[in-house]
Amino acid sequence: MNEIIRVFKAGIYKDNPVFRQILGICSSLAVTNFLANSFVMGVGLMFVTAFSSLTVSVIRQFTPKHIRMMVQTLIISAYVIILDIFLKAYFPAMSKNLGPYVGLIITNCIIMGRAEAFAQNNKPFISFFDGLIMGLGYTLVLMSVAFVRELLGFGSLFGIQVLGDNWVNWTLMIMPPGAFFMIGIVIWVTSNWFPKEEEKGGAKA
Amino acid sequence: MIEINPLVIFFASIFTNNMIMSNFLGMCSFIAVSSEIKTSLSLGQAVTFVLATTSVLNYLVYYLILVPLGLEYMRFIVFIIVIAAFVQLVEMIIERYFETLYYSLGIFLPLITVNCAILGVSLFMIIREYDLIQSFMFGLGSGIGWTLAIVAMAGIRKKITGAKIPKGLEGAGITLIITGIMALAFLGFSGIVQIQ
Repeated sequence: MNEIIRVFKAGIYKDNPVFRQILGICSSLAVTNFLANSFVMGVGLMFVTAFSSLTVSVIRQFTPKHIRMMVQTLIISAYVIILDIFLKAYFPAMSKNLGPYVGLIITNCIIMGRAEAFAQNNKPFISFFDGLIMGLGYTLVLMSVAFVRELLGFGSLFGIQVLGDNWVNWTLMIMPPGAFFMIGIVIWVTSNWFPKEEEKGGAKA
Repeated sequence: MIEINPLVIFFASIFTNNMIMSNFLGMCSFIAVSSEIKTSLSLGQAVTFVLATTSVLNYLVYYLILVPLGLEYMRFIVFIIVIAAFVQLVEMIIERYFETLYYSLGIFLPLITVNCAILGVSLFMIIREYDLIQSFMFGLGSGIGWTLAIVAMAGIRKKITGAKIPKGLEGAGITLIITGIMALAFLGFSGIVQIQ
């Protein structure tokens, strides 16, 4: 139980993949112009991270050390393909919106990072949970960036107009610079809220 | 097949559709590496070379092998294997024949495999239905654009080493804010050439 709480804390704020480890923002910033897009992307990433951590952990004793990177990549790709086919079949419009970014989940450093840093040395259940929570921490950051961008950029949330008619859209927020500024501000705010306990290099992939 | 002049694609992928500034791809190594102009330039060259070559390789694999067999959904796995294998091959060739180059590029080559920009270019080229020449120009241009961005960023980061930065913004925070300002500057190019 203690272990679960520790993993939970690490994923949400202590070692949050985005603002603490600066991992995996490449494939994510592009989809933060709409809340719905980021939500689907986040859930997709949670699915892939959780199941690939589980699989890596289950077969960790049978994987030769020197080819484990290749094995991990193949496991991740397999889950990403499942996700891609699922989105294409049930949410074709969403799949079109996300475009190549679903496939780019493969190169998202978070998944590989968790497989390498956690699942490789831990039991299957706790690895699955770790992947899930890391994905959740990632989703929360993504959604908070998307919340501000969609609100200021379109005056809407989840596509529903919330700001009145006389609201002037900040076009800048839906263009790429808006995403860079927002993620920079998120990093700033969070590092003030949760100061680092001790200075350490951190695991960079 | 869309009729766009390959040269237009080349310039568009450097300026208006820059991989970092408008597609957010290749950010991981962009933030981690871009603090030294010389190493950034070496990494940029390696990325450009791999991008230009793998876009052609993946184009051939996709249209000559995957499409006839009806295995388009396998493209993620196949592309990543092609990229990983190619990077490994290049590393071995460079180590064997160009020793000095190996010592300046060596450590970056494995990093390239996980660079999102490489896979991103291959996926974009399939979605936008480019032909062979267009794909090559797209890969080459994206690589040059990426190099341009990372070298410019390294230069700026060198300038701000002595600056007083708010505590929470040090490191990645300030890099992202600067990237935002650079992206604003790159927006100024839009309208010169445009692809999608």
